[in-house]
Amino acid sequence: MTVPQAEFIQRDRGQQPPALSPGYKTSILRSPRLALWSLQNSLSEFTGPVFGREELGPLDHDLLLNYAKTGEPIGERTIVHGRVMDENGRGVANTLVEVWQANAGGRYRHKNDTYLAPIDPNFGGCGRVITDETGAYAFRTVKPGAYPFRNQVNSWRPAHIHFSLSGSGFAQRLITQMYFEGDPLIPMDAILNTIPDPAARQRLVAPLDLNAAVPLDSLAYRFDIVLRGTRSTLFENKLQGN
Amino acid sequence: MTTLEYLPETPSQTAGPYVHIGLIPHQAGFDIFEKPFGNILVGRNTQGERIRIEGRVFDGLGSPCRDILLEIWQANAAGRYNHPADGQTDKPLDPGFRGWGRTGTEFDTGLYRFDTIKPGPVIGRRGHKPMAPHVNIWLAARGINIGLATRLYFDDEPALNEEDPVLRMIEPAIRRQTLLARRENRDGGVVYVFDIHLQGENETVFFDV
Ligand SMILES: [Fe+2]
Repeated sequence: MTVPQAEFIQRDRGQQPPALSPGYKTSILRSPRLALWSLQNSLSEFTGPVFGREELGPLDHDLLLNYAKTGEPIGERTIVHGRVMDENGRGVANTLVEVWQANAGGRYRHKNDTYLAPIDPNFGGCGRVITDETGAYAFRTVKPGAYPFRNQVNSWRPAHIHFSLSGSGFAQRLITQMYFEGDPLIPMDAILNTIPDPAARQRLVAPLDLNAAVPLDSLAYRFDIVLRGTRSTLFENKLQGN
Repeated sequence: MTTLEYLPETPSQTAGPYVHIGLIPHQAGFDIFEKPFGNILVGRNTQGERIRIEGRVFDGLGSPCRDILLEIWQANAAGRYNHPADGQTDKPLDPGFRGWGRTGTEFDTGLYRFDTIKPGPVIGRRGHKPMAPHVNIWLAARGINIGLATRLYFDDEPALNEEDPVLRMIEPAIRRQTLLARRENRDGGVVYVFDIHLQGENETVFFDV
């Protein structure tokens, strides 16, 4: 029996936030303190769940319509689109992209969110889509509002959209957040600043993409996402199986 | 130094306190998708021993965390993953089993649960022995900047666990205990209890996969 021994390129932890980032206070009690055990990939890491388009509804990626009850939600009509690639620059096809966000006033439809801004009766605040053969995805929404959170007395989150990516293997699994170019709250955000490298932080800031806007209808932002790439297996030693 | 043209991986960010909205909206308090994802991995035709996995996730002070997202990924009862890269063609695929599920710890009890089957052993890396039956777990939450990966092994498989190439590598050996789920018979079913400690004396082994 031959089993492909493909594996992902080792994660560059220098591009990633450390588990413990005291500026984000909640991380203090929730960060492992012992070293992670490095694990060469086996099938358990290289494989992962496969999702089919038939599992998604036709409006799942359209947050303007997927919870509309009496009309459409209030806010700036916005398209967010981009491409999911791996570190080798190849598009990641057929991968599940899920998003969630606050409404235009900065309020989440969540039983634990008690912020003053009102719930929008026509906005659920979540969506999902599967990338096409080139790794491209797009969804439509309203631009989320900034909101306060309990960290320091006067901590505010810049407008952001949460992203979840399944990848093709379980070790590619990623959750992140996308920000909007030009938001003055970005430089002081305690969450974004958990990432030490300024260039890495900048990659979470989506530029306005006027060419992808729909004239007289919706603005657009572009957010490309990179998941871990696979390592080429050149000159691999063939060990004896047992 | 010349820079080769690799793209750097997108940085991770915390899933935040409202992760439920996007990934398990029912727990946030509403239903939106016709086919939501969930924590029941088994259907009527799934092959294998029905089990429940249940546990809590504790922070550094020993308090249960009530807003953790957990996902599991596992092989079927024969030990094969439902994925095209799994070339163990001598083992059957089970069309009734994707092998993946997600849930959140409950807001009141802090408990999480999955209804699944016990997986079979999977082939190891080239040159290594087969891996003992295990379930891959990934968790994300408020206060967790980058998702944490661990594995659940079964405490009623001592012989296979002894030979497992991943468990064997963990030192000191006492830490291997943090990856063992405890089998219980409860209400006519089999429950494996698996608690996860993010930090502290019994910190769970997390992997850099
Ligand atoms: Fe948020």
